[in-house]
Amino acid sequence: MSIEIRNVSKRFGTFQALDDVSLEIPQGSLTAVLGPSGSGKSTLLRIVAGLERPDSGGILLSGQDATRLAPQRRDVGFVFQHYAAFKHMTVRDNVGFALSIRKRPKQEIRERVDELLELVQLQGFGDRYPSRLSGGQRQRMALARALAAKPEVLLLDEPFGALDARVRAELRDWLRRLHEEVHVTTVFVTHDQEEAMEVSDRVAVLNHGQLEQVGSPADLYDRPASEFVLRFLGDAFRLGDGFVRPHEIVLDRIPGDGAVEVEVERIVVVGADVRIELADGSGERMTARLRREDVDQLELVTGEIVWARADQLRPLLPAAPSAGDAEAAQPLG
Amino acid sequence: MLRRLGLRTVALGYLVVILLAPLAMVFYRTFESGLEPVWKVLSDPGTVHAFKVTLIATAIAVPLNTVFGILCGLAIVRRRFRGKGLLNAFIDLPLAVSPVVIGLSLYLLYGRTGWFGTWLSEHGFQVLFAMPAIVLATIFVSVPFVAREVIPTLRELGNEQEQAAATLGASRWQRFWRITLPSIRWAVIYGVVLTTARCLGEYGAVAVVSGRIVDKTETATTLVEDLTLNFNTAGAYAVSLVLATIAVLVLVAMTLIRPREGRA
Repeated sequence: MSIEIRNVSKRFGTFQALDDVSLEIPQGSLTAVLGPSGSGKSTLLRIVAGLERPDSGGILLSGQDATRLAPQRRDVGFVFQHYAAFKHMTVRDNVGFALSIRKRPKQEIRERVDELLELVQLQGFGDRYPSRLSGGQRQRMALARALAAKPEVLLLDEPFGALDARVRAELRDWLRRLHEEVHVTTVFVTHDQEEAMEVSDRVAVLNHGQLEQVGSPADLYDRPASEFVLRFLGDAFRLGDGFVRPHEIVLDRIPGDGAVEVEVERIVVVGADVRIELADGSGERMTARLRREDVDQLELVTGEIVWARADQLRPLLPAAPSAGDAEAAQPLG
Repeated sequence: MLRRLGLRTVALGYLVVILLAPLAMVFYRTFESGLEPVWKVLSDPGTVHAFKVTLIATAIAVPLNTVFGILCGLAIVRRRFRGKGLLNAFIDLPLAVSPVVIGLSLYLLYGRTGWFGTWLSEHGFQVLFAMPAIVLATIFVSVPFVAREVIPTLRELGNEQEQAAATLGASRWQRFWRITLPSIRWAVIYGVVLTTARCLGEYGAVAVVSGRIVDKTETATTLVEDLTLNFNTAGAYAVSLVLATIAVLVLVAMTLIRPREGRA
């Protein structure tokens, strides 16, 4: 099922959570909605699920207007950050909930639940209550529960946010693999740019309730449409007329085209790379990331003045939005 | 260890002095002169009738206040509406106001010259000094308990589980029966127990509006007082004992089902 978000706005009191957001999510894609907290990303997901109603604009699911459709009629699976486990039910009953609501025969429910428990590696946990599972297990249970009725769309709201780093990395991989297997249209919300880049094949960046850019992870990193996207996706520093990322800074002893005079403040060896902290004449700081041999060749010393330039300077506001985005930005009708 | 023991002793000691000693006293006094007088009082048609009146009032008030308490709790926790604070405060009114005052207000409302009383008596309905007044008074005094138990539990529960159920295809009705109600069941049961106990023990408001007509509007609690006033102390003790026994049985039943809670 494809999802079309058309000019959606939502306000909570005086807080503008979403401001005229339009976004198209193609069938079968794995899209990350990325943004800092308060950017409206969870609200957008909840509007797609029907858990919130937009003040204006609409949602189309498979081309059908679903703006006023109740959540139980949307055929979406939703995974909450804090699992939303049914505490009074066993794992088995949690996972089978959607099927028992649909009054499927007991035998069918049992088979499907077994299949899902295996998929999320919770075989043997079926008779436990959620209170006796770890955070990662609970979230896997929640995922199995959301997948039980074979929804057309899987929505995940910061699904790994409450888990520790190791479990988070594990579940990311797992989600990626799951998507390759099941091919359900998946949208997940995160504030972690690394997670978004690693898991998804498309990223939509939200800021202050507005859509900043949509594209593939590489697109966004290499051709950010705004300073916000540039900075949010990784370290970036102002250099002369543009921005550079740390690994794009070139240091030299002679002034070159567009080079800026900088002072070497600190040199830190990080494995094969060297991190060099620099400050230009106006006191603006930046960090360069160079290969060890380049630094050795330069014979850099703390306190000396060198010239910094970018091997690939980014203009301040480059790259017109790609064709797909321009289309999505068309107003309703 | 010592400190815990000390705390336990104080807690138990307090309960013994305040709660158990008086109950034991009633028990002792009831059987002081043998079973004969006890049986005589309890088998008296007047006593049986009084218990019947109390049980009928309780049987009407408890289900009504349970439904009201759950709906009220849901409204207060889940909805935003004008006058919510007022509703929240009004629930506690029966706890704040003396039952005698509640009785008096019902008296004024349903009495022959009261707002409703005039209209009702013109149409041939007798409220005051009859069963309806006893039921009304019992409902009134036992309003808060289910709501007060349910509200904090609902707050703690949040509505995420219900939202999850909605995305899984559950209708509003299914969400209530399969998620909300099972999640708050212990609060509801506890509220029902407290409501029942309050209904059985109600005296003040009922005493004002019932008229205490023997074999008609006498309730178990007003009977205790009447027996005392008539120097039938043994009878008063016997009736009290039955009331206390019902209360203890209800509590024991609660404790027996309660341990299952740990599982969920």
